[in-house]
Amino acid sequence: MTANQAVRIGAEPSALTRRLILGIIGAIFLIPVIAMIEFTFRNGLAGDYTTSHWTGLFSEDSARTYRGLYEAIENSLVLAAVTVGIVLVLLLPTMVLVHMQFPRLKRTLEFICIIPITVPAIVLVVGLAPVYSVVVQVLGGSTWTLAFAYGITVLPYAYRAIQGNLDAIPVKTLSEAASTLGAGWLRVLWTILLPNLRRGVLAASFISIAVVLGEFTIASLLNRRNLQTALLQVSQSDPWVAVIFALAALALAFILLLIIGRLGSATPSRRKS
Amino acid sequence: MSLATAPAPEQDGVELTARHHPRVALVKPSNRRRRLAYAGLTPFAAYVLIFLALPTILAVVTGFFSDDGSLTLDNVTGLFTPTILATFGSSFWLSGVSAVIGAVVGALICYAMLGTKVGGLLRTIIESAASVLAQFGGVMLAFAFIATIGVQGLITVVLRDTFGVDIYADGVWLYQVPGLILPYVYFQVPLMVITFLPALTALRPQWAEASATLGGTRFAYWRYIAAPVLAPAFLGSLLLLFANAFSSFATAAALISQGSQIVPLQIRAALVSETVLGRENMAGALALGMIVVMVVVMWAYSVLQSRTSRWQK
Repeated sequence: MTANQAVRIGAEPSALTRRLILGIIGAIFLIPVIAMIEFTFRNGLAGDYTTSHWTGLFSEDSARTYRGLYEAIENSLVLAAVTVGIVLVLLLPTMVLVHMQFPRLKRTLEFICIIPITVPAIVLVVGLAPVYSVVVQVLGGSTWTLAFAYGITVLPYAYRAIQGNLDAIPVKTLSEAASTLGAGWLRVLWTILLPNLRRGVLAASFISIAVVLGEFTIASLLNRRNLQTALLQVSQSDPWVAVIFALAALALAFILLLIIGRLGSATPSRRKS
Repeated sequence: MSLATAPAPEQDGVELTARHHPRVALVKPSNRRRRLAYAGLTPFAAYVLIFLALPTILAVVTGFFSDDGSLTLDNVTGLFTPTILATFGSSFWLSGVSAVIGAVVGALICYAMLGTKVGGLLRTIIESAASVLAQFGGVMLAFAFIATIGVQGLITVVLRDTFGVDIYADGVWLYQVPGLILPYVYFQVPLMVITFLPALTALRPQWAEASATLGGTRFAYWRYIAAPVLAPAFLGSLLLLFANAFSSFATAAALISQGSQIVPLQIRAALVSETVLGRENMAGALALGMIVVMVVVMWAYSVLQSRTSRWQK
């Protein structure tokens, strides 16, 4: 069925309808972003505009004024890195192992990885408070330990990204072929499966970074400083800078997820060819 | 050469067999190797036990204890006091309203995207934007709406100065529960796009063709063919949106600093208040209440989801 036919019998919207719907909703969704940008150029309540909030970021004393914020950004980046590490070191090998050796455990693993949707952060944090009072005694109170909790928060997303890739490659055939040629288990994993899982692993890492950079609930209620809690704090004294950093975080997340989108869409076409 | 090329002694035997009888060796690995494989599952299992199972159990169990550590049902019965019930009521209302608006608008976007190329530019941009905005909840979203419809927000000012409409004529509602609806819709619509699009694109063109061949109108196709097929997916996505709003905390926390009108804010109040005794365990009871709601909603979601997947193959 050609596109025109589909439009004529009503299975698909016409080009005009499509543009109208996407255009109007898209415009409405752009308003808050535009409002944020406009806000960063406002000169207090005076009603005129200034670029001083942007230029102020790079001035001498900004380093002093926003030291807390920069520290919080550093914390969030460390947290993102450790969380990705947890995904790669704990989740990924487990998923490959279950896929190859324990196919019967697949449902169980999927169930476990989806639990964090049903047990949201605001519930989890109630029980994490006592857990972290022990974690602090064992590992110290530095911020990176929060990544253990974030590893749980990102489980559903990371699982979906990696599982999609695992289902799309012939894991059994590849590993059997490699074993037949004399490769050990580690070698199969490292040189055969991992390169084939690159897209899934990258997507899982990016979505984990995006989630960690946006996380507020756990950090706020466990009294840790990350990007989001610091933004809220800064917004009380300098709302303009808070909004500028929020815009930057948003842009970064969009770029990360655009890359995931390209990764995802490239998979089927490559498999077809 | 890497570690991988130096085979461990016990792997040697397996590999030798593998070379001669690959199938036998792979289907029936030695017991020792099997045990090794099980051992490979333990790090993840331990991690999930400590940071997912334990906190969940602790969160629920603390609700059954009093401050001095004795068992009590006071906190759980405390859930049924008028204040807490009203909080659950506004949480349900907020989640319901934002889920319905999000589902309808999101479904409309999905419809508009029918017939666009998978992996095409438009599709990739909308899908990426949807994943960003679905994650956009939280502090930054609160900023965005303060800049948009805050007292001095862009839209507030334009409406007031240009059109003479004062959206805050009856008082500022942005920092109350009704003020959360618009920000919530802002992340609900993209989530709807993400969850509902696969179901809508799974509609087969042949069904529309068959309907048209038999003289069916556009309305007949959508009313008698597409709607019944899509109903479980739509309701499932609606439930997911409800759960999403119900468990959302950051946006509300950033916007509402006075009072605790929804359940997540009650949990915050219970957790951070050190002055009111026994409130910490109240957080456990509230967490229990939330989990009960989430389990029911997500169970219904999975039932609907399994009905949906029937059409997506």
